[in-house]
Amino acid sequence: MANHSIAPADGFAALADPTRRKVFERLARKPLPVGELAAGLPVSRPAVSQHLKVLEAAGLVVCAVDGTRRVYRVDPRGIEAIQNYLDRFWDRALLAFKAAAERETDS
Amino acid sequence: MIRIKKELTVEAPLDRAFRVFTANMGAWWPKSHHIGKAPLEDLVIEPKVDGRWYEVDEDGSTCDWGKVLAWDPPRRLVLAWQLNQEFQYDPALVTEVELRFTTLGPKRTRVDFEHRHLERFGDAAERLREGMNTGWAEILDSYARTAVEADDSQRAIGGRA
Repeated sequence: MANHSIAPADGFAALADPTRRKVFERLARKPLPVGELAAGLPVSRPAVSQHLKVLEAAGLVVCAVDGTRRVYRVDPRGIEAIQNYLDRFWDRALLAFKAAAERETDS
Repeated sequence: MIRIKKELTVEAPLDRAFRVFTANMGAWWPKSHHIGKAPLEDLVIEPKVDGRWYEVDEDGSTCDWGKVLAWDPPRRLVLAWQLNQEFQYDPALVTEVELRFTTLGPKRTRVDFEHRHLERFGDAAERLREGMNTGWAEILDSYARTAVEADDSQRAIGGRA
């Protein structure tokens, strides 16, 4: 089970590797078992498993066991951790912009 | 692509909404969010493609934030946000902030906001980490390479964790 109380920096760092980002982006489109995921990537299956471990530890993906297969999917709470900071910041900035634009008069 | 999207309605004409966002940014930007050492005085967008986006501090110093990628007044603006997650300017990092302004009425404007390519913060985090770990990391990398090369029977697994 992934730890969800991560600092955003963990998620940022986990997505630094280009192959890992590709793995993440493919899972963002649809959940996949390791084998299928590795089939479409120019790296070995053990390497894909390694990348998945890092993404899982950063709280970006989760794994569900389906019979003998391990199916990975993007953990929406992990993405939230990354976006959260900027999201809150822009809410504040855009509200301040709105107030300024409405306060001002056209001369 | 990881992105943040927002939409808001401003009770102001289109021209004014665009002007306040671009020309008066320093007047409404949250003062707590800036990168210079001295208090924030102004935040400036040079009104042209490739124009600088920078802050001016009370002591007169300036710091870059990014640049103008698209300038189509009064309807569209794309800025390169080049601050990493620690609010430090990183010239190698380019995330995009797009604003589109649409007239809803004589005194009403819709603003569509998007901050995209947030996945690129990953590269910046990695560079930051590498910068701090240079020295030991290089020594350990060199050691690991030597060890892998020396051990012919071991198959190297591509991609570092």
